[in-house]
Amino acid sequence: MKAKHQRLVLGLLALAAIGGASGLALSALQDQAAFFYAPGDVQGKPVPLDKAVRLGGMVETGSLVRKPDGVSVAFAVTDGKARVPVAFRGVTPDLFKEGSGVVAEGRFNPDGSFTADNLLAKHDERYMPPQVAGKMHKSETLKQ
Amino acid sequence: MIAEAGLAALWLAAAFALVQVLLAWGAAREAVEGKGDQLMIALRRTTLVQGLLAVLSFGLLILLFVRSDMSVVLVVENSHSLKPLMYKIAGAWGNHEGSMLLWVTVLAAAGAGVALFERQLAAATLAATLGAQAAIGLGFYAFLAFASNPFVRLDPAAADGQGLNPLLQDPGLAFHPPTLYLGYVGLSVAFSFAVGALLMRDVGPSFAKAMRPWVLAAWIFLTIGITAGSYWAYYELGWGGWWFWDPVENASLMPWLAATALLHSVTVLATRDGLRAWTLMLAVVAFSMSMIGTFLVRSGILVSVHAFAVDPTRGTFILALLGIYIGGALALFGLRVGKVTQGSTFQLVSREGALVLNNLLLSVILGVVFIGTLYPLVAQAMDVQLSIGAPFFNKAIAPVALALVAATAVGPLLKWRRDSANALLGKLLAPAAAAGLAFALLFAFTGSAHLVPILGIAFAAGLAVASILPLARRNLRRTPIHIWGMVIAHLGVAVSIAGMAADTAFKVERLAAVSVGGNVTVGPFRVTLEEIRPTLGPNWSALEARLKVQRGNTAPFELLPQQRFFSAPPTTTNEAAITTLLDGQLYTVLGQGDEQGRWQLRLWWKPFVTLIWLGGGLIALGGALALVGRVRRELRERRDAAEAEHL
Repeated sequence: MKAKHQRLVLGLLALAAIGGASGLALSALQDQAAFFYAPGDVQGKPVPLDKAVRLGGMVETGSLVRKPDGVSVAFAVTDGKARVPVAFRGVTPDLFKEGSGVVAEGRFNPDGSFTADNLLAKHDERYMPPQVAGKMHKSETLKQ
Repeated sequence: MIAEAGLAALWLAAAFALVQVLLAWGAAREAVEGKGDQLMIALRRTTLVQGLLAVLSFGLLILLFVRSDMSVVLVVENSHSLKPLMYKIAGAWGNHEGSMLLWVTVLAAAGAGVALFERQLAAATLAATLGAQAAIGLGFYAFLAFASNPFVRLDPAAADGQGLNPLLQDPGLAFHPPTLYLGYVGLSVAFSFAVGALLMRDVGPSFAKAMRPWVLAAWIFLTIGITAGSYWAYYELGWGGWWFWDPVENASLMPWLAATALLHSVTVLATRDGLRAWTLMLAVVAFSMSMIGTFLVRSGILVSVHAFAVDPTRGTFILALLGIYIGGALALFGLRVGKVTQGSTFQLVSREGALVLNNLLLSVILGVVFIGTLYPLVAQAMDVQLSIGAPFFNKAIAPVALALVAATAVGPLLKWRRDSANALLGKLLAPAAAAGLAFALLFAFTGSAHLVPILGIAFAAGLAVASILPLARRNLRRTPIHIWGMVIAHLGVAVSIAGMAADTAFKVERLAAVSVGGNVTVGPFRVTLEEIRPTLGPNWSALEARLKVQRGNTAPFELLPQQRFFSAPPTTTNEAAITTLLDGQLYTVLGQGDEQGRWQLRLWWKPFVTLIWLGGGLIALGGALALVGRVRRELRERRDAAEAEHL
């Protein structure tokens, strides 16, 4: 193989690799990117039922119910515009409590409620989950 | 006075960095024109002084934290007079300003290290390298001085500080950032070498040999940092996971992937004088990834693009620096790459060919992580909210990672320049048999439910056998140390992959609400909740569960998971209790209690999960052996050359 050719072949290989990476990433993105919803976004709108999504907002005060099995909870997530009932089985995070921010990862059910496999909770403005902080910030700017 | 002295040292270091850039230009010209080395000597000394001043500045910041000087804003916001001494010290870098000061300190110290120890490079190239290192430093000094001064005073002084986030109060985490930064910023040296080589059009084996120890050292620290960070997240966060594909983790993984590729391509350049342009490109990319990682973690952009837009000074500053340095280096690369003459060529079936494959696969993984980390940020800037989590990364990366494991197994068995495919097939019999046997056994045992993890274990078995083969038919006592390093590092990759796959396929999780005296089984264990009792620590109080654990009829042992309550700042953390056995770990977490007196217990039996970090340790150890071997060999060569001159 001539030197010139080798460089060309390596260059083409590198391009193919980058193309392959982008292709892989994009195809996986198609079915794996979890879109983020706030309760206000899903009110009266169709929601995807077959995909993992994230639902974020505040845990509505007075909505938290611990189930008799000792390991399941039900609560509602609110963003001030709407509320979505959420069911979760598992140990709730340390910072999970009524009135503080939460991001639930899971799926919507046909009746509009949400089943979470994972909860992410943070305790104050400084440690708010990114999407919630973004949403809150947006609704604040809208209010002004 | 200490704070003012620290700030003065910082400004002085910045001034010396400016002088260093000018001297470097002069010294490079002096060397090219063969006028002697007056400026070169001055340049080396300036670099040393700059490094010492930066270290002094950071040392003074640590002193402020140790003395709990509450007239300094940074100390008030991140420390507390009652904290244990270790966390007072760690508090100095457990925040934005302090960690940026640590960043630039490592940068300056690395430059000083090059000035002290580098004897391989042509004088002009060394001068250009030190100049480039100082130019990077200048930008970050400016960032500290104008946008994030760590020495700001608080008037009047506070009575006491706000404490450090309790999650960060852990010995493992205290030394995690410095380790990572040594790796991150160690790559700046490779970057400066590449810039220096491009400026002086001097790319070849001697340049690669000079760069290699620095890349190795940075890569070792990154490996240790990522491994330790993963273990910290595992036992501290109480979720039983060891990698979350969280942007902060990816920020450290991306430079590691680039550095791993660079480590292998620099070997081709040093040994066989091939892959010249590619190595330069990778050196630029590796440090670019470090800077991008720093930007992601330190600009607040991860918290929210919107929050970032509200207070954009710091983020924009770092972004501008990124643009200048990465853009400048890539532009230089583009201008000069045509002038980089072709190195030697090789056949496709050869050690070089395998290393090219390794580089391409690592680049693919890097590309996927990069897209997955940055895509949500771009989408968010366009007001689309989405998050990309583990399913995406696992799906996109697993097949490439398996191919990479295969390439890792094959590479060391090939000869340089050219090898015959038939000879290779003969060498691959034993690894292939090991992989096939492992796969057949596991498949018969578990069926197709966990196909990808089982493939992972099979590939790991094959790699484990293949990685030891380079030692076959060698006199082990006369084998060079760096060969041992390679063998151990590759074995570490096999061990780590096996651990990840075993945990993914075979972990058992149990979640139950148990009354005191009740029991629950998880995997082969029977766990009894003996009692719940309060305990006290130095700055926390806790509820502790006493669990009696029994495996079959063996002697029972105790585990004590806790829920800790900290008062400053008020937080609750979960302290998992973990027991390590030969065949895995039992991981226990105490949840909330309810009105009926039941307590939530979350239990995992994780077979062979420990292999993940053991493998990481082996990879770092292999790197360390390779570094020791190379440096010793170089010193010996230097001594022989010096003796030859005397004869």
